[in-house]
Amino acid sequence: MSDLTEGFAAAFRLLFGFDADLWEIIVLSLEVNLAAVALSCLIGLPLGGALAVYRFRGRRAVIVLVNALMGLPPVVVGLLVYLMLSRSGPLGALNILFTPGAMAIAQAILVTPIVTALTRQIVESLWHDYREQLTSLGSSRRRAIPTLLWDGRTAVLTAILAGFGRAAAEVGAVIIVGGNIAHHTRTMTTAIALETGRGNLALALGLGIVLVTLAIVLNAAAWMVRERSTPEAALVVASR
Amino acid sequence: MEAPSILPLALESISLRHDGQQILDRINMLVARRRTTVVLGPNGAGKSMLLKIAHGLIAPDSGTVRWSGLTGAAAQARQAMVFQKPVLLNRSVLANIVHAVRLQGIARAAAVHRAHTALDYVGLGDMAIRPARSLSGGEQQRLSFARAWARDPEVLFLDEPTASLDPAASWSIEQIILELRREGRTAILSTHDLAMARRLADDLVFLHHGRALEAGPAASLFSDPKTPELTAFLKGELHW
Repeated sequence: MSDLTEGFAAAFRLLFGFDADLWEIIVLSLEVNLAAVALSCLIGLPLGGALAVYRFRGRRAVIVLVNALMGLPPVVVGLLVYLMLSRSGPLGALNILFTPGAMAIAQAILVTPIVTALTRQIVESLWHDYREQLTSLGSSRRRAIPTLLWDGRTAVLTAILAGFGRAAAEVGAVIIVGGNIAHHTRTMTTAIALETGRGNLALALGLGIVLVTLAIVLNAAAWMVRERSTPEAALVVASR
Repeated sequence: MEAPSILPLALESISLRHDGQQILDRINMLVARRRTTVVLGPNGAGKSMLLKIAHGLIAPDSGTVRWSGLTGAAAQARQAMVFQKPVLLNRSVLANIVHAVRLQGIARAAAVHRAHTALDYVGLGDMAIRPARSLSGGEQQRLSFARAWARDPEVLFLDEPTASLDPAASWSIEQIILELRREGRTAILSTHDLAMARRLADDLVFLHHGRALEAGPAASLFSDPKTPELTAFLKGELHW
């Protein structure tokens, strides 16, 4: 009990005393998460849009696969990325194992299926309603994808926030490919996982408070977006 | 409208089956230039499907849609369609039209200018920055007409454009349809509204259970129906 209260007190001192180590970890974590989400959007938004409007053999199988990949275990992704990037691996020459770049790649692999699958659902329901009108206006399927993404922007934004939540919360992938190196690849989740074991409860609790706050802020943002939005956003919410 | 005409339009033996039902049964139809052709018939007669096939949105099971001179996308670019329920993008009134004009390969500045002209044309000039979906039903349908007109079509397909509107809104839509005709455009209008058909039709096709029972100049069909079905419909006694 005293551990807990002392821990909280120390945590708040670190947070509001702007402890350099703590804030360094927070900033690095956010950088890695944002890079991962940006990379995921670059791939997932057009890919989800394409899966929604194009019809081809094996489309259903691809959709089932993408949906299944939403549940990838982070440690497995971390292991695979580790094997790819390790010195003897196929991408070993890049020499980026145990860097923030490697962590962003691993998280992007976790987030991309989420962005892709949710975008596919959103765009497909819009395409169902808009197809005849857009075709009448001379829009090709390819040209329709950015139109539909923009029209479903509030729902798409909630999909992206869902992806961000996944990146911010996971520990298994970044701890394997990042290694939790102090001042270099130490993120909020890896620090909590390892510092707790070493008895550094103040740091772990301080980071925990930040992570929980971040989760609340993200969900509040998603909720506010949903409040002033369209039926297709409700679809994403229902699917989560 | 200096470009060569794509009219007359000939529909040759158009048939369509759906779910084991014969929606359209060997329809022949000729659409003459600068006239308003009304496809008249009770609900479920196949009017919408006929217009969508003529416009190229749906492929018939058999039969030919033959425009003069042009085919495929080139012919479709000279056409526009207004649907019973307006499908508007989730953006401003003006942006809806700009999007449609830009799809014709027109530069943004010119498209914006054209969009403003189109809004004035339908009397929505002061609503340019409103979200399109905040408009009333009648205003939304006028926006659909503005969007269609902005593309300078020679041929307009109007699928029950007033069926979901109150009398005042219907009246303003009819004024737009009359103006389109005065400009020398050709309209193909489907309706089950006998009074509207009387006011607007130059030529008439009477559709019943997927078959074109009568076709010809509207005046002679109204004064001298040949089939018992049209006779009954004109008396308001044909219910199915």
